[in-house]
Amino acid sequence: MLRIPEPLLLQVLAHCEDGYPAECCGAFLGRVRDGERAVEEAHPLTNVNRERPRDRYEADPRELLALERKARENALSVVGFYHSHPDHPERPSATDTERAWPGYSYLIVSVREGRATGWRSWVLEEDPRRFVEEPITGSAA
Amino acid sequence: MAIRIRIAAPLRPLTGGRDEIQASGASVGEVLESLETLHPGFAANIFENGQIRRFFSFYLNGEDIRFLAGLHTPVSDGDVLSIIPAIAGARPST
Ligand SMILES: [Zn+2]
Repeated sequence: MLRIPEPLLLQVLAHCEDGYPAECCGAFLGRVRDGERAVEEAHPLTNVNRERPRDRYEADPRELLALERKARENALSVVGFYHSHPDHPERPSATDTERAWPGYSYLIVSVREGRATGWRSWVLEEDPRRFVEEPITGSAA
Repeated sequence: MAIRIRIAAPLRPLTGGRDEIQASGASVGEVLESLETLHPGFAANIFENGQIRRFFSFYLNGEDIRFLAGLHTPVSDGDVLSIIPAIAGARPST
């Protein structure tokens, strides 16, 4: 389960809409309890894929290092990531599955003609490697 | 030399859930190899044919080790090594 307060979800959707038609990405800081990730902060990350920013994303590792540090200072951890699918559904692609890590929530936002039209969250399972959808809730724990 | 290693979430199952561990060695490579004894599977996850898998970045005190001396980078007591997984993907091609 991904627990994300509505203002943070709206912030994520706005980031994905603003970046359209490029793919946007960001990280979630929060807490993990009983396999549920509760988001407390959402931070945009720079897409450093310069060759194909419209259909690929690669988060800036230096920004991620800085976020790991910030998380630690606030007794939080990086619990997941979001990215947009410009003009495509909010389902993981083969590359998403290939490049994903277990232990994180991956929120995918579909943006069509500049508007966020759908979002779903996914968790990587291994053996066999595949993404499984997880519920999203906006209510407080 | 004892250094601290900060572990991102995907590697925590290999460290009993801990987000920071300590290890010793003269270089980054030695430190990482020494982890295999305490945390079996750890080195196997990070290395491929003696090289760091390309899906990880390593930062020693905030410096990317690729711009230092890579696995041969010497370490000192109290150094902090951060392991950052590459976060990437693509939209569907159809
Ligand atoms: Zn994707």
